[in-house]
Amino acid sequence: MTTDKIPLLEMREITKRFPGILANDHINFSVYAGEIHSLLGENGAGKSTLMNILYGLVAPDSGKVFVRGKEVRIHSPLDAIDKGIGMVHQHFMLVDRLSVVENVVIGTKPPGYPAFRKEAAVKRISQLIEEYGFDIDALMPVHLLSVGQQQRVEIIKALYRGADLLILDEPTAVLTPPEVVDLFRLLRNLRQAGHGIIFISHKLNETLENSDQITVIRQGKVVNTVLPQNIDRAGLASLMVGRDVLFDLPHPPYSGKQHAVLNIQNLKVLDDRKIEAVKDISIEVCNGEVFGIAGVDGNGQSELVEALTGLRQGTGGKIMLGGVEITGKSPGEILAQGVAHIPEDRQVRGLVMGFRVDENLILHDYGRPPFTRRGLLQHKEIYRWARQRAQDFDIRPPEPRLQARQLSGGNQQKVVLARELTKNPRLIIAVPPTRGLDVGATEYVHRALLDARANGAAVLLVSTELEEVLSLSDTVAVMYEGRIVGTMQRDEIDITRIGLLMGGGHVD
Amino acid sequence: MEVLFTSDFLINLFSAGVRLAAPLLMAALGEIIAERSGLLNIGIEGAILLGALFAVFGSDFSGSPWVGALSAILTGAALGLVFAFITVTLGGDQVVTGTAINILALGLSTYLFRLAYGLEGFSHEVEFFRPLAIPLLSEIPFIGPIFFKQSFLVYLAFIFVPVVAYYLFRTMWGLSLRAAGDHPRAADTMGINVARTRYVAVTIGGMLAGLAGSILTLSHLNIFVENISAGRGFIALAAVVFGQWNPAGAMFSALLFGIADALQLRLQTISNVLPYQLLATIPYILTVLALVGVVGRAYPPKALGKPYLREERGS
Ligand SMILES: Nc1ncnc2c1ncn2[C@@H]1O[C@H](COP(=O)(O)OP(=O)(O)OP(=O)(O)O)[C@@H](O)[C@H]1O
Ligand SMILES: [Mg+2]
Repeated sequence: MTTDKIPLLEMREITKRFPGILANDHINFSVYAGEIHSLLGENGAGKSTLMNILYGLVAPDSGKVFVRGKEVRIHSPLDAIDKGIGMVHQHFMLVDRLSVVENVVIGTKPPGYPAFRKEAAVKRISQLIEEYGFDIDALMPVHLLSVGQQQRVEIIKALYRGADLLILDEPTAVLTPPEVVDLFRLLRNLRQAGHGIIFISHKLNETLENSDQITVIRQGKVVNTVLPQNIDRAGLASLMVGRDVLFDLPHPPYSGKQHAVLNIQNLKVLDDRKIEAVKDISIEVCNGEVFGIAGVDGNGQSELVEALTGLRQGTGGKIMLGGVEITGKSPGEILAQGVAHIPEDRQVRGLVMGFRVDENLILHDYGRPPFTRRGLLQHKEIYRWARQRAQDFDIRPPEPRLQARQLSGGNQQKVVLARELTKNPRLIIAVPPTRGLDVGATEYVHRALLDARANGAAVLLVSTELEEVLSLSDTVAVMYEGRIVGTMQRDEIDITRIGLLMGGGHVD
Repeated sequence: MEVLFTSDFLINLFSAGVRLAAPLLMAALGEIIAERSGLLNIGIEGAILLGALFAVFGSDFSGSPWVGALSAILTGAALGLVFAFITVTLGGDQVVTGTAINILALGLSTYLFRLAYGLEGFSHEVEFFRPLAIPLLSEIPFIGPIFFKQSFLVYLAFIFVPVVAYYLFRTMWGLSLRAAGDHPRAADTMGINVARTRYVAVTIGGMLAGLAGSILTLSHLNIFVENISAGRGFIALAAVVFGQWNPAGAMFSALLFGIADALQLRLQTISNVLPYQLLATIPYILTVLALVGVVGRAYPPKALGKPYLREERGS
């Protein structure tokens, strides 16, 4: 890293206040060409806000931005693109129904403008795709691509517009392990070619391994900028959260008597394309047990969970909850049986984004006292209760009157957890429960799940994060192409074997 | 009953159907542009009505139907701009705004009309676009008299079908417009000015609706009567949905509604079994049936009807 050069980007004294919170508080931040600079911070620390300011999506209250030493004013994404800034957003910005090419060229003036010369564009984009070694069909509508491929389309979009500063907001949260490896290979190549890269992630190991510099933000302020060789995971975590974080929680064996809470027999489920996505699965999850299902995304996990929660009808088999059959029951009936669901996509299934936090917190129970009396919602009571939940679950800011959409991604997830875990469920179905959460919050969620387990709840944990599955589960099953291809107890876990099974290999 | 199946009757029926389809088609094409950009403008009913009136004014004062058509376009554009200002700049509700425009147009057209022509309920006849037989093509048996002996504005509506399709699907402008209607935030991050795109789209939509109004007065009736639009804007809205937001689809739906309308007019004169009020409901009932049939299979632009504000975060 060379400090004598002019930085590619310099942000000086950036300040932004949202109602009730100082999201960015006099932030100073520089990135040089040819470096990967990581931004690290808790949920709600202000990382996305700072990047949105840089990209022209949010107007700062004060502060200056310099690109290659020259002050610039960025009022809209168009200005940012002009200055060579490209951004891959935390939630992708792709128009689903348009094809890859259309998503890439949109908003630009390709040869022939204003006509859209599709064939020529396809040729150009395909070349670019090939140059970066991606495996994407330029004519495919983007909603048919895997999440990893969609992210590559986002990267191509930025590079096609000539970005030399690339912002990636939590790009690895949605990727499978091999895709993460590919992404970092690409980022290193771009760094080699002289691009500056801003990288945001909650995963400390990958941040340490791949960054040239790391800037830590806490509650809107820069805490420090450090070199990865001078710090370790625990050090970073305490810089971020301001306290020590436990990565491996104690996992005492369950002491009570066990009986089956969830019993799945020969379940078969079709996906949206009417293809059998779950093929004859039988599982038993007992009280006091965390049953982890590991597997690469797209092997039938979503369909399995949807069938269990009543969102999708199975085509065969039985689902029993505490000895009572719940096959084919509605989601409402199933939840009323003491099932908690922490869904995969919090913005679609977990929350009503336009509702306030307190309203989201009582989505199941709004009809019962103390929230409703004589048919009327008791707002005071709801607010008080919500405030307590916000404190218990460390939702920031702890103001239940905010709309869910105003919270940072991680804090949205905490709202879902607060609602689902406070009802003392018999069975918890958790799908990537810590996706997008910072280390402190992850520790909190893991603790909450283990506490529920200690109190006798059964936990079905479906996650693509192998590390998470391994550290929490009593039993680990691997799912591949709609089947459980292997099951092992906590004391017989063999990581190489799991890895092989996840990739579809056979083990004898 | 055999009168229904003579070739003369059929030619007459279909040629009237094409003529009656033209205003629906013109308005539907404009609405497709608006809706593809994310704005649901139900105010096109009002734009058709006021467009019809100003077409008469223009033609009456100048003696030229061209001036009439131009005034109709400008009237529609003005209503489109009002709609854009309220819904895009001020973030107002689109359905409420459209409804308000319809009520305003109904009152305003009646008022201005009586101011200009007194209380008779219809204007005197003005210069209009006469049927224009296209050489050679109009000689083709059956097809010729149906499609190629229409007036200029009717041809124009059908010519606009490929033009609008080209604009939407083969230009970068159309691409930006569709992105603004499906995912405005994504469009914004790609450097597209969503507000400007929507302003342009709904203004063009208003122009075509105004022009649709001028077809009623300058090529069908040649006079204005109160509430001459009679729900055609709503039928055009249905044609947009039934045509799945595609110009060609809208053309087929408009033809369907137009021919149904022509048929019911003819049944009124030859049937004394059913009261004519009942027959007059045929196109509207067809509209409802068409919409019922298409529900669940239509994929509207994803952000249709939703305002876009940049600093609101989230999905
Ligand atoms: N449009 C908005 N309106 C109100 N508050 C907002 C808005 N955008 C962000 N905030 C608030 O600003 C703070 C910073 O949010 P930001 O999204 O920048 O956090 P983050 O560091 O990216 O967190 P995460 O890791 O969870 O994504 C949060 O408290 C959030 O609630
Ligand atoms: Mg963020």
